[in-house]
Amino acid sequence: MIPATFEYVAPTSVDEALAALAESGDDAKVIAGGQSLLPVLKMRLNAPSVVIDLGRVDGLRGISVDGSDLVIGAMTTHHEIANSPLVREHAGVLADAVSQVADAQVRHRGTIGGSLAHADPAGDYGAPILALGASMVITGSGGSRTVAADDYFTDLFETAVGEGELLTSVRIPSHGGAGSAYEKFVRVAQQWAIVAVAATVRVADGHIAEAAIGLTNMGSTPLRARGVEEALRGRPVTADAVREAASRAAEGTNPPSDLNGSAEYRRHLATVLTARAVLKAAGG
Amino acid sequence: MTVVDDRPATEVGSPRRRKEDARLIVGRTRWTDNLTLPGMLHLAMVRSPYAHARITSVDADAARQAPNVVAVLTGEDVKDIQGGLPCAWPITPDQKAPTHPSIAVDRVAFAGEIVAVVIARSPGEARDAAELVDVEYDELPAALELKAAAADQTLAHPDLGTNTSAVWTFDSGAAGTGGDVEAAISAARDGGIVIEREYRQQRLIPAFMEPRSFVCDPTGEQLTIWSSTQVPHFVRIFTAAVLGIPESKIRVIAPDVGGGFGGKLQFTPEEVITVLAARHTGKPCKYTETRSESLVSAHHGRDQWQKLTLAATADGHVTGLKVELLADMGAYLGLVTPGVPILGAFMFNAIYTFPAYHFTCRNVFTNKTWTDAYRGAGRPEATYAIERLMDELAVEVGVDPLEIRERNWIRHEQFPFTSVCGLEYDSGNYEAATARAKELFGYDDLRAEQARRRASNDPVQLGIGVSTFTEMCGLAPSRVLGSLSYAAGGWEAASVRMLPTGKVEVVTGTSPHGQGHETAWSQIVADRLGVPFEDVEVLHGDTQVAHKGLDTYGSRSLVVGAEAVIRAADKVIEKARVVAAHLLEASVEDIDFANGSFTVRGTDSAQAMAEVVWAAFSAHNLPDGFEPNLDSEATFDPVSFSFPHGTHLCAMEVDTETGQTTMRKYVAVDDIGTIVNPLIVHGQVHGGIVQGVAQALWEEAVYDDAGTLVSGSLVDYTIPSSADTISLTVDQTTSPSTTNTLGTKGVGEAGAIASTPAVVNAIVDAVRHLGVNDIRMPCTPERVWTAIRGASGSGGPSTAAAASHLGAGAPNHDPDSGAATQGGAQ
Repeated sequence: MIPATFEYVAPTSVDEALAALAESGDDAKVIAGGQSLLPVLKMRLNAPSVVIDLGRVDGLRGISVDGSDLVIGAMTTHHEIANSPLVREHAGVLADAVSQVADAQVRHRGTIGGSLAHADPAGDYGAPILALGASMVITGSGGSRTVAADDYFTDLFETAVGEGELLTSVRIPSHGGAGSAYEKFVRVAQQWAIVAVAATVRVADGHIAEAAIGLTNMGSTPLRARGVEEALRGRPVTADAVREAASRAAEGTNPPSDLNGSAEYRRHLATVLTARAVLKAAGG
Repeated sequence: MTVVDDRPATEVGSPRRRKEDARLIVGRTRWTDNLTLPGMLHLAMVRSPYAHARITSVDADAARQAPNVVAVLTGEDVKDIQGGLPCAWPITPDQKAPTHPSIAVDRVAFAGEIVAVVIARSPGEARDAAELVDVEYDELPAALELKAAAADQTLAHPDLGTNTSAVWTFDSGAAGTGGDVEAAISAARDGGIVIEREYRQQRLIPAFMEPRSFVCDPTGEQLTIWSSTQVPHFVRIFTAAVLGIPESKIRVIAPDVGGGFGGKLQFTPEEVITVLAARHTGKPCKYTETRSESLVSAHHGRDQWQKLTLAATADGHVTGLKVELLADMGAYLGLVTPGVPILGAFMFNAIYTFPAYHFTCRNVFTNKTWTDAYRGAGRPEATYAIERLMDELAVEVGVDPLEIRERNWIRHEQFPFTSVCGLEYDSGNYEAATARAKELFGYDDLRAEQARRRASNDPVQLGIGVSTFTEMCGLAPSRVLGSLSYAAGGWEAASVRMLPTGKVEVVTGTSPHGQGHETAWSQIVADRLGVPFEDVEVLHGDTQVAHKGLDTYGSRSLVVGAEAVIRAADKVIEKARVVAAHLLEASVEDIDFANGSFTVRGTDSAQAMAEVVWAAFSAHNLPDGFEPNLDSEATFDPVSFSFPHGTHLCAMEVDTETGQTTMRKYVAVDDIGTIVNPLIVHGQVHGGIVQGVAQALWEEAVYDDAGTLVSGSLVDYTIPSSADTISLTVDQTTSPSTTNTLGTKGVGEAGAIASTPAVVNAIVDAVRHLGVNDIRMPCTPERVWTAIRGASGSGGPSTAAAASHLGAGAPNHDPDSGAATQGGAQ
């Protein structure tokens, strides 16, 4: 498990990192915790000539509130997010999801930016980010731009982050007061989700006023279950009504078949888990 | 001042913390990969990506010219000196086997087989250069699926003309140890019960914690080999035999070794190649495998189809059992590959008084990683089959699964009991272990809850699984091994050295790799010689120190190895008694020894062991003609096996909406005879149970249609962590063995043998009322969900209990049909 030789660059600011990226171009890989990249390098599935480590860019780390948004720096670790009172208050589903990422060692090394830039559809960030309607702040030499979560994931392991750009932070509109749940289905505790569902739900007068549903590992990117969201609007919070709406969870999905489950089984799981997540979110 | 003596009255039975643990846990010790020798070179293997292919060319020029590469060896380079890897257990005289080269010469027979080795000054440079070796292959059809391979549809080794390596049979009628099975089945078809099932033992990977690592130093008079092995003595003998090096010129050291589970009971291509590389370059060479290499090239385990026919009377008394196995050897025969199913042959009758038994096994080659011993080796397979069948019989008869077992088991007053296989069971009390397990489990309450959940159609159903297992431990009486055509014996050796300062060195021929022998052997010797626990040092795993031994596997170390230690210690006492008598001016017959002190019977004159030891060392005042040496050796060859047993009860919750299974409660009451260290026993039982649960729920080595191992990383080969387990309830009952001094029986494999059927029985029990009577292992959520969804029958007693169930299309007959086979290629 020895990677091919590469040059290691450790910038201390975003500008330095962007400069390094510009200099090395296509041959560079950015490491932001390394929980996915290092195995790839060690198994020699990829052999970049330069690895740019964002671990010393202090400005990319931290959780704060800016107006009505929660702002999380790209190099904030899973552990910090899962245990942050601010995240718990404004974006509870994210804390729930992230606390279930892999194991404690991974949660102490891996980062939100690394995970979202890697964009594994089985990763635990995509679904809550979609359900929360977050925005991605992407920085390049010309400055920063903001991309809505719905437009961020473009394909398998591909995102709106362009060449020479870095994902620098994530802005999440506060969901304080909304109910939420992350239902993750696994065979063993530390594995990627076979399927997972993130739900945020606002209930008014016993009816669902608004619901947002994100799906993990149901296609080449994290997906929103818009059919379910529509079907839920205005429905009473009863098991039957929610299950009926959740039966649309697999619409428009294209889940993988692998050792952990067939596509058909994943479609079934998506409906069961969606109903459970929504009921939990609406009840809490 | 008051001195508080907190020492236990006896060391044996005391839950001492293991003296090994501090160094093992923090890693401040000598793992093979930690070794660095002056001028050491590093190896990287080039492995075949194809399951079966002809090698048309190997171009290593670019690799040879890469930075700091010293040499590249191909099969062509070493074909005349590498010899063939050994199989020590030809189970029949006409057993077929291909030659087994360490580096493939003209053909590869599984994906992962080594085709070249790069030797460089650093591990990274070796790896870089390995990628430059250009091997051209001409792909051949691969034999992959076991049943198709057994039918010779594609040949794994065309030159053999068949995929069948050997067929081995045991017939209790012919052996005179029981009746005729066919007669029993015929009789049962008329008014009795015949249960016919086919079960799949999926392929597993031992997945020891420490990847294998080998170092060979050729620079001294003796070739020194460090190996992360369970069997340093075997490695020494086979290095001599395979490479033609005099055994006396070879020293093998197994330093601290991080687990094995049978996976390091092997003499490997990598060991041979490391030696060849060291001899070729004249420099110390090291090879440490990656996890990916370990999963694909270290031997696998299990992989059988089990066709079973159980005959019984209408009230559930078993009258006969017929077992027909297909066992996947993989591409080659390893050290004991063919014998693994044979180790299970004597265990299908388990704890029961079956009057007739017939076993036959067909060993079959495929183009997959070769299989060999894995924790339990043959016995888990047998236990799974019979414990699943006994649950099916209980359903047919309409009684509780514990009741059906009681109707058939050996009662405690029947011991010693000669089984239908002709083996003498030493001792046991199944009634006591079962009663204790039921009590700890709250059996009746959980049955009541199960009934409530069924009645209310709860989405989460509850099932209770039973496993009343036994196993044969203490491998092995040498004569028995000889009768089974095994190449070696089964004795074990030890010596006890008395140091002048009163300290004791114990040399054992066993080779611990996580078991805690240093602690347990120290406890035993401390009691035996009356010396403090801390004064005993246990030495092992270096053929220059422990020159004689047969190593560690098959729950043999305590039962066989520690017995040798005890006998060596007793010889020390007998020698010391002579010196003590001389010093005390008494006759030897009048000298008693207890608590480390020699006394003259009926007097208060005494000599401490330490004084006697010093006297023997100084040799100033010894009896005439007494050789000044108290050190002693012993070799113990057991006359029979020991038979630990236990009752394991498991409650599983099954989410019928998703198929997810969750363990609710697990109780294990094992009877392993006398316990030396309860803490070590608990560790062995906990780890074993979880490893067995992993077969039931999580682990499977899956190959794709091209013969590539799909579950080739620990992402896909899902071994459990502590987060996947619950708190297990573990207790013991004790029926001391009659085969050794302490009455010990062996515990290394018990949990892994017992737990697999307990879990699957519980899952099937949870959904049987929905029409399910089997789910293929591992019982993944998808397989459980699919089984529930596809269930058609009642799951209860069959309408024609005695009719054949093994026709084409029957629920679990065809490997490629039926609900239980979903969720991954075979």
